Order: sequence, then structure tokens, then C-alpha cells
Amino acid sequence: MLGRTAASLFWTSRYNERAENMARLLEVGYRIAMTPRLGQDAADDWRSTLVSAGCESRFFAKHDEINKRAVMLHMLFDPDNPSSVRSCIEAARNNARSVRTAITGEMWESINTTYIEFMEVRPQHMSDDRLPDFLSWIKQRSMLYRGALLGTLMRNEGYHFSQFGTFIERADNTARILDVKYWILLPDNEMIGGSLDRYQWSTILRSVSAHRSYRHAYRDAHIRPFNVAEFLILRKEMPRSLAYCYDWIEESAEALAQRYGEHPPSHEMATATAALLGKGTMREIFQEGLHEFLTDMITRNNALGTQLAADYHFA
Amino acid sequence: MEQTGIFNEMLAADGTPRAPYRQLANWFETQSPSLMRKKSREAETIFRRLGITFAVYGTAEATERLIPFDIIPRILSASEWRRLSAGIDQRVRALNAFLHDIYHRQEIIRAGRIPADLVIQNEAFLPEMIGFTPPRRVYAHIIGTDLVRVNEEDFYVLEDNTRTPSGVSYMLENRETMMRMFPELFQQNRVAPIEHYPELLRETLESVAPSNCDSEPTVCVLTPGIFNSAYFEHAFLADSMGVELCEARDLFVEAGKVFMRTTRAPEQVHVIYRRIDDAFLDPLTFRPDSMLGVPGLFDAYRAGNVTICNAPGTGIADDKAIYAYVPDIIEFYTGQKPILKNVPTWNCAKPEELAHVLAHLPELVVKEVHGSGGYGMLIGPTASKRELAEFTRRLKARPGNYIAQPTLALSACPTHVASGLAPRHVDLRPYVLVGDKVRITPGGLTRVALKKGSLVVNSSQGGGTKDTWVLED
Repeated sequence: MLGRTAASLFWTSRYNERAENMARLLEVGYRIAMTPRLGQDAADDWRSTLVSAGCESRFFAKHDEINKRAVMLHMLFDPDNPSSVRSCIEAARNNARSVRTAITGEMWESINTTYIEFMEVRPQHMSDDRLPDFLSWIKQRSMLYRGALLGTLMRNEGYHFSQFGTFIERADNTARILDVKYWILLPDNEMIGGSLDRYQWSTILRSVSAHRSYRHAYRDAHIRPFNVAEFLILRKEMPRSLAYCYDWIEESAEALAQRYGEHPPSHEMATATAALLGKGTMREIFQEGLHEFLTDMITRNNALGTQLAADYHFA
Repeated sequence: MEQTGIFNEMLAADGTPRAPYRQLANWFETQSPSLMRKKSREAETIFRRLGITFAVYGTAEATERLIPFDIIPRILSASEWRRLSAGIDQRVRALNAFLHDIYHRQEIIRAGRIPADLVIQNEAFLPEMIGFTPPRRVYAHIIGTDLVRVNEEDFYVLEDNTRTPSGVSYMLENRETMMRMFPELFQQNRVAPIEHYPELLRETLESVAPSNCDSEPTVCVLTPGIFNSAYFEHAFLADSMGVELCEARDLFVEAGKVFMRTTRAPEQVHVIYRRIDDAFLDPLTFRPDSMLGVPGLFDAYRAGNVTICNAPGTGIADDKAIYAYVPDIIEFYTGQKPILKNVPTWNCAKPEELAHVLAHLPELVVKEVHGSGGYGMLIGPTASKRELAEFTRRLKARPGNYIAQPTLALSACPTHVASGLAPRHVDLRPYVLVGDKVRITPGGLTRVALKKGSLVVNSSQGGGTKDTWVLED
């Protein structure tokens, strides 16, 4: 397989995943905006949304102040924002287009249709009442692509490079969401947690579509920050947790190593991080410092992406 | 509706369908107009979703567009096709012999059958190719011969397209779409299949692998990338042949051999089906500013370690100034009379011919010698006074840059329009493969001028395409 093909498969999946995550962050942002303010400044919540999405500095390069509509337009439609849904869909499609020979017709048609239909949407017509449907459409289109990938792509190296793209992006997203609000998850908060905190905890869960599954995983009427952190970091049954992502990453790293008969540095990095998440406990993580732990995860995850590109000659 | 002197491929002079179209005409009678309109829209949706697009250069949104697809097929009988394919076969063999000759002993020039200047001074003549013989002496492996029909008997060759002819993916997708939408038509008519084209292409490419290749040859398609107007086709062909689609940055030359950069060890490439122009192949040999090329590729080629298809320097064979000599070329190398006609052509470089062209401009079609895609041409009969004046100026300024031909009465085929069926002018581009043997796919791409009365079929100028059927006996 061409190195460039591997790179494009990686990035197609990565951008596809990012588009979905952006839509979910915006959904949560809108939910917050609909809830009574609880004495808080609305701009702070939108700022958290921008920070979680990694779009804060770009946003302020173009805007002086935060407001709902500006954030929405920036995260959905701004071509200058490389992480806007528009940019993600366009990048995913361009990458897919450059490797048409390595993906299936179903995968291509799903991403191409998403692109065509997205480009027909006029930002100025995106009113508040249409937004929820639009956001859920984005998520569904992204899931459709992933479904087409899982259901039709040969289990060869291309599949594994795609999986890397999805889960490196997802791990990054989950780690960021946690890190933006890490202080409200510190154990001290559990004692003093007021309604605002409870609300914030459930917001974190919603950001990763976990507010329902959390209830099933922890049979306790109250949302507890310790559990929220554990759920998103260590619980392997949670499909957006760091441990879950690294299970897949390790599997793909192993499959590539088997296929090529070599264990390059990225394999070692994937295995080490997976082991850390597999054996770790929340007590240790809190002792070490949640923020430090999350920062370390984000760094490791980025480094893995870079090493993968070097090991497999991404052009 | 009937324009005088225009050959209608479906209807004979008495208004009854010609033999090849009889079944289709009967079938169409039984279809409701609203269903036909619906099918036409459906076809467009299919093409858009599949991403079968091309880019138009020079428009504000220089992005992807669809080539309009007309749901009424163009039909040729078995006997019509036999004669056409014999003529094409003869022509491509002669052109390859010509290419070999002018890059070696130049017998045709010595024999005085073609002026030396026309070859040697030609921009498309590549001195770097002199003395080099590609495998099997084949230069132009993939050729699209542009034909037009003017009456029951006569087809003319308009152009030979020996560089990188495009459009074959439309030929294949048009057929797929027709079979999906109108399966009953394929039960009523015995239509020669074309779906094996990608296999034929791969066989052809493998058959011209370098002689020192002792393994299964590795073939790849070389594309300029996703922003090229024919990118869809490049991907389509690579995919349907089951070979890698490479950009120049995916290839490199080491020790005179060409390799692909893969996720693991570099892999040697033996045959490159390139869809980039000569000038962009290799910045070390040709344009140093090329971002598209592979440094050292040409040396690897001349060392006999890789085959480039089509060979560099084949452009001389479809040069519009050389075109006028193709009948001589055929006779010189095959000893036979040409089966297909050439359009009479005035070479404006010659003062007496230029004078004739200037005097008859409103009746003629004027083309740039090196132009393609319908850009920069003049169609005398439909041109405005201003356009005529402009071309008169250009012809006088750079006569050698132009040729002129009579305006041919292109045949018309029934085409689906808002009011039902209406005749529209068509041409035909059959696709020919030359390797260990000559392989011609029955039919080809029919392009249709969708504007009433228009003679310009190029997709960049508002042309559409049709599925093209060759009926079996």
C-alpha cells in the first residue's frame, strides 16, 4: 500500500470522527444555553465549548467577543477554521477522493453525499429551530460512513490505518473534554457539589453521548465526579473512553506489526499507553493529578500519530 | 424539425426508423413522457452520488461538474462497426509505425512524403526520444479516435488523440447506468458488452512491460491529483484494473529504476499509465518547474527499466498540422488505401492555403494546431462578425498556429429534451488499445451537442454524452 494511501485513510477517518465530535460539542453548548443561567456567564460556557473543540485561538483571531451565533457559525461553517464541520467534511472527502481505489463504493458514496448535501446548506438559513436536526444529521452521516467502513472494508492494512485515525481522534476529543473541566471532577468537589456542579458533570457525559450509559454502568442515583472520570478514562465498555480507544489502537498496532513482521516505535508507544490505561486505577490518577494525567495523555496521543506517520511513510 | 442535409441516425428520409434503431423506436413509443423525464433525473442523481464529475477550467467555481447524460442510446449496426474498427485498426498501426520511423531513420521524410520541418520543428516532436525504441515498438498504447458521421456511408476522422485521451470512464459508467435503468432494452437488443475494458487495458499495459522484467509486471496509474479535471477517471481506471493510483510524489527513481513509496519497502514499478503531459513527466528532463513530475523518470525509461504509456513524444502523431498527412502516412507504412476518411484540411502556414481560409472564413472551422477541448476554435457559420474579425486578425498574426477545415454536416441522433425527442449533433470516440495486439472496444463514447443546432460536443462547452451500442449480428 502506498504511504500516501495509508495517510489518506488515516485522515479520512480522523476528520470524519472530528466532524461528529464537533456536532456533539455544539449540541451540548446549545443545551447549556437553554438552561437557566445559574448565576453564570453564558460566554464562559461557550468559551469552554471552543476550548474543548480546540478552536479558541482561531475564533478570537476573527471575533472580538463570544456569542452563540458566532460560535455556531465558526464551528460549523467557517472554512478558515480547520476543525469546523465544513472543513472536516471537506478534508475527509478530499482524502477519500485521493484514495478512491482503497475504499469501497459504499464508503465513498456516504462521504460524497454528506459533502454534497452539507455544501447545499446556507449558513444564514441555519436558525435555532433547525439546528438540532442539522446537528443530529451531521452525527448520523458520520456514523453512516463509519458503518460503511466497518461493514464493507477489507480487513487489510487500510482498515487498520482507518481505525488508528478514528481512535486517535476520539481519544484526543475525550481527553480534551475532560481536561477543560477537570477541576469540577476533583474528589474534593464531591462533598461540596451543588446543583451547578451536578449540572456540569452531566454536561461532560452528554459531550460524549454517555449520560444514559452512565446510569447503566453506575447504579447510583447521583452522578459522582469520581465515577464520571473513571467512566471516561478507564471503563472499557464505554466506547469513547480512553481505555476503549487504546484497546482498538493497540489491536491495530499489533495487526500491522503482524502483517509486516516488524514492531516499529509506534507499536511500542501504543502498547505502553494501552497498558497504562488497562492497569491504572482512578486513585492513582487522582494522586498523580488528573490534569497532569490528561495532559500527558494528550501528548502521548499526538506523539503516537506523528510516530505512526514516520513508521509507515505517510507522504 | 428536419434540417436539410443532416444525416439523422435514427430516422430514414421517409420518417421510418433505420434498422439498428427499430427496436428502440418501438420501445420509446410505449414509454410515457413523464416516466422518461423521471428517468432522466434519476440518471443525474446516480452520476452525482457516484462522484462522476469533471472540472471545468476557467470558471469561477472551478470545481466539479457533471457531464449531462442523455438517456437515449446511440446505436451502430454490426456491419457499420466492422468497417469502422477495421479503419481504426489500420490507422493506429500506421501512426505507431510513423512514430517509430520519425524517432529513428525518418524514412517518410527521406521519401519526401512529409516535410522535414513539419516534424523536426514541431513543438510536439521530442528530440529526447530519438534512437530509443519502446517495448514492442509501441508508442501510442491508448488512443481515442474522434470520428464524425456525415451520411449513411461516410465517417471522417477528426482527431487521433494519441496522448492521453480521456472519457473512457464515461463510456463504462454510461453503460452501467443504462443497464441499471432500462434492463428491458438490453433484453430486446443484442448489445456488444464493453465492461471488460479495464481488463483489456491491464493486459495491454502488462504486455509492454520492459523486457528485463522477469516477474509479474507492476502497473500503476499516474495522476496529477484530485484537482485535475479527469481525476475521477484516473481513480476509476486504477480501481477497476486493481492497480495503485499514484501521484508523482509517490514515485521515486533509484539506480535507474522506478519505485513506489509504500507503507513498507519500496516496490518497483514496471509500467506507468501516465495521465500527465510530457512536459510534466520529469523535471530533470523537461520542465524544471514541474511539481508533478518524477525526477529521473525519463532516464529510467530510456534505460529500459520502466515503460511509460503513452510514450513521451506521441503528441506529434495527433498534431493538427500532421493530421493532413495521415492518409499518406497510412499508405506509406501499410501500402493500403485509408479505410476512414480524413477531413480536408488547410494548413494556414502555407500562404496560398491561408489566403483560401481568409476568403472563406464564414464557411470554415478554424482550430489551433496544439489546442484541444474545444477551446480557442472558430466555427465560421455560427460566428459573429466580431469573432470573424478577431480570427482574421489572429490568422494573419500567427498563421502557423492554425488549421482550417470545412464545416461538416455532423450526423444527428435523437436526444431527450423537454419536449420529447429531438435530433442533436453527435461525434464518436472509440477507444483503442495497442500492445501485443490491437484491442478495440465496441462502441466508444458518443458526445452530443445539447444546444439545438450546436456543433460543439466538448463537455467543457456544454456537451453531453450517450451510451453507445454496437449491435451483434
